[in-house]
Amino acid sequence: MATTAASVQPKGSIWNGGESPLKASYGKLMMWFFLLSDAFTFSSLLVGYGMIRSSWQSYSGTIEAFKFSQEYWPIPEKVFEAFPGMHALGIDSAPLVFVGIMTFILIMSSVTMVLAVEAGHRNDQKDVERWMLWTLIGGLTFLGCQAWEWSHFIHGSSMAMNAVGNEVMGASLVANQYGPPAFADLFFFITGFHGFHVFSGVVLNFIVFYNVVVGTYKRRGHYEMVEKVGLYWHFVDLVWVFVFTFFYLI
Amino acid sequence: MATHIAPTVDGEIPKPQTKQIWVVFWILFGITALEFLIAFTVPAGTLRTIVFVLMTIVKAFYIVAHFMHLKGEVKALAWSIVLPMVFVLWLIGALLKEASALFEVRF
Repeated sequence: MATTAASVQPKGSIWNGGESPLKASYGKLMMWFFLLSDAFTFSSLLVGYGMIRSSWQSYSGTIEAFKFSQEYWPIPEKVFEAFPGMHALGIDSAPLVFVGIMTFILIMSSVTMVLAVEAGHRNDQKDVERWMLWTLIGGLTFLGCQAWEWSHFIHGSSMAMNAVGNEVMGASLVANQYGPPAFADLFFFITGFHGFHVFSGVVLNFIVFYNVVVGTYKRRGHYEMVEKVGLYWHFVDLVWVFVFTFFYLI
Repeated sequence: MATHIAPTVDGEIPKPQTKQIWVVFWILFGITALEFLIAFTVPAGTLRTIVFVLMTIVKAFYIVAHFMHLKGEVKALAWSIVLPMVFVLWLIGALLKEASALFEVRF
């Protein structure tokens, strides 16, 4: 739409050159390059995780016989096996169920985001409102789940020996019941950094949702702002896909 | 931009076209479900790790290409985003080599 406008009035061109580079608007292009730099940051965290983990011994035995130890890296099936209220239901272990639900919520909110972008292309304000609201709800639910997961991880469920032979329960940046101190450190840094991105995404989504509701984009004539926060939101989902694989599956 | 649909002359809002979006959703959902299945049935090992990484890259492709519409942007933009990730591949290779050296020293 911007290019059509530029060809009609040469003086009103957005990039002063008559046509926008790479046929993208300034805001979208800058969002892409910001996301590239953000991808580097997340990559360095995840690659660092890969390096530290593979320089430790890994557990080789059955899942049933697994005990938390400083000797080897913990297996995700034993660390992430809790679910809110599961003991009340008489279940002792629900490995990866909670994180599976979190993954589903984030993918779902990515779908509602792309539906909002699609509605924006059609200038359908009501639809944009509806899908942005669902995206906000999905983001907030994910954050709530993560808060519960962190709280459970920090408080812990059993006692184990730390590196210097003291008993610890739960996790801090110094020691944790699950295994080497680096395990909890990386968990806090990587899921925390991702969670902070989700939080910023929810804030941005809320600002855009507010603007949609008050009709800012209707007056502007296009919903490109929804596309731009959409890019950011999908990126957050994309990072979670990688965090999920490297932290919870491998 | 190419996906922009102009409102019809009489100001009527066009019908939603969401089929493609839901196809991508089912692909993402299916791959994730398969990952869970593998996580509980296949014992841990190098092969399983490689399969997980490949599935993750497939999911990443669908999110970036279809949800972020990178496929609809001009080629030069798509490559300027994808190619720099080569540096990350180098970093992975370099640090995994470093990790095996550290492992030798430690254990």
